[in-house]
Amino acid sequence: MEILVASAIGLLTACGVYLMLRGRTFAVVLGLTLLSYAVNLFIFATGRLAVGSPPLAADGAATWADPLPQALVLTAIVIGFATTGFVLELALRTRDQTGTDHVDGAEPNAKAPDA
Amino acid sequence: MNHWIAAPILVPALVGAAMLLAGERRPGLQRSLGIASCAALVLIAASAVESSASGVVQPYFVGDWPAPFGIVLVLDRLAALMLAVAAVIALAALAAAVASERPWDARGRFFHPLFQFQLMGLNGAFLTGDLFNLFVFFEVLLIASYCLLLHGQGGARLRAGLHYVVVNLAASALFLVGVALLYSVTGTLNLADLALRVPRVSPADAPLVRAAALLLLVVFGVKAAAFPLYLWLPRAYAAAAAPVAALFALMTKVGVYAIVRVHGVVFGPEAGEAALVAAPWLAPAALATALLGVVGALAAPTLSRMAAYLTVASVGTLLIAVGAFSSAALGAALYYLAHSSLAVAALFLVVEQIAARRGTVGDRLEEGAPMVQSAFLGALFVLAAVALIGLPPLAGFVGKTMILRSTAALPGAGVIWSVILVVGFLSLVGLMRAGSLVFWNTTPGAVPAGPRVHSGLVAPLALVACGIALAMFAAPVKRYADAAARQLGDRGQYATAVLGDPAAAATRPFPAGVRADGARP
Repeated sequence: MEILVASAIGLLTACGVYLMLRGRTFAVVLGLTLLSYAVNLFIFATGRLAVGSPPLAADGAATWADPLPQALVLTAIVIGFATTGFVLELALRTRDQTGTDHVDGAEPNAKAPDA
Repeated sequence: MNHWIAAPILVPALVGAAMLLAGERRPGLQRSLGIASCAALVLIAASAVESSASGVVQPYFVGDWPAPFGIVLVLDRLAALMLAVAAVIALAALAAAVASERPWDARGRFFHPLFQFQLMGLNGAFLTGDLFNLFVFFEVLLIASYCLLLHGQGGARLRAGLHYVVVNLAASALFLVGVALLYSVTGTLNLADLALRVPRVSPADAPLVRAAALLLLVVFGVKAAAFPLYLWLPRAYAAAAAPVAALFALMTKVGVYAIVRVHGVVFGPEAGEAALVAAPWLAPAALATALLGVVGALAAPTLSRMAAYLTVASVGTLLIAVGAFSSAALGAALYYLAHSSLAVAALFLVVEQIAARRGTVGDRLEEGAPMVQSAFLGALFVLAAVALIGLPPLAGFVGKTMILRSTAALPGAGVIWSVILVVGFLSLVGLMRAGSLVFWNTTPGAVPAGPRVHSGLVAPLALVACGIALAMFAAPVKRYADAAARQLGDRGQYATAVLGDPAAAATRPFPAGVRADGARP
């Protein structure tokens, strides 16, 4: 399970960073979203991966899942959702006002390949 | 428990909510509520400084949950100082925003509630004693700042805003990774508890802690606009409304504050394997920030962009002192922090007033027609510039002298001294050139009509006066700053105040799976 979670986090981060470095706002927003997924999984994993364990210490339980990272993830999800909504609206507004969805608010040199 | 400790967070939160309930159709009510809230914050901050001056560290346990399990706010000398600086600048910025001829709060919606939420985030970041809450308050102040930056809209602001938002969102993601790494190793996010447990992590886990510390340094570097992470700042600050930019000058200081709190104390000299992990990176970055900031100011095409670059240069100077990681340098840094926040905010507000009187030329550094009230505005500009450059007799000179003296014994003192002096000289050149161009190098022609109301001049004048007062009362302020720096170095006092008996806290086990031999199940 460790290898699965770790590679999922790594893949999400890699895709997120790649998309964030693109020149179009939509790709950047998608990249930020993927990055926040990766971060949320990462926080979740910091509580150690445990299967079939109670969320709090129960009598006689040998292991338990740490509930605190789960609470942190919840907070991070809420904040990430709000900021993603905001940045989407901002990207749409910028597209509306500048007539382009390039992150610099202007099309790069027409001959240059798509950034 | 002293419940007033929570007031700097609660007052703006409640006032902001009340403004939303009152609705946008009552601008007068919103304004009075906003000004009243800011004035109340100044009084609360003054009483916080007064009660912290004796050296007592006052914790506030939210919901009376004991630390490190519950949320804790901590009021010490440093937090009180930051609250006071924030409150003064906020009051001046809000006064400037409502007093100009085209008030900023009438140019878009929800200016006042957003301003209050921004203050709530700022004050919360200064007061919190918990790393995750620092993240939450960062997000509160950032969300408000995104909207304030875009206030009034327009293409330039939207473009700058997109960069600002995306850079800060990426930084937030890194912040969470750093926080999670620290939690996975130490099992706590309470700053007092972290300061006790970081020195005791097993050698096998020390690289994780060091990685977390450096990740957090990157995040705080983005907020503070340190090299090479300052590129978003000049464009955003120059595009923002002047009162908002004045308030934002404080936001860079939040990053510096977080570096002091986290890297100066938790990862400070006594942090065992992770001791001073930021030092090799922070000092060169600070020197580069100061130099590149002032070079940018020399090349700036407009006055507000120049002010934005000078913000970067002042952060660089500040981080040079912080990066020395000594109690003496930190005391000097805290004095310089108060001074530079006031001076930069004053410069932004003066620039707005100048631009309002130059007709179509605005704040561009070009020849223009003579302006009305140029003598008075010129005097204000000179005072703000002299303070920012660090010429005698104003507070910038006092602050820079303190930094120079406190870094004299360091190994790299030659480099530090040269950079600080060169930065001062180049800002002198840049501001002198800008001032003579704007005020003297005028083309003959009709004088553009200035604003009919002159109340917009009150706020910059008040900030400049605060700066002068800071120079006149430099001795008591420096004593306070030195005491704050010494208090930061005293990890025991902070831990005792927050955790009760540090020995009992020290016996709590580390997270499962971390063993002394570094083996994991």
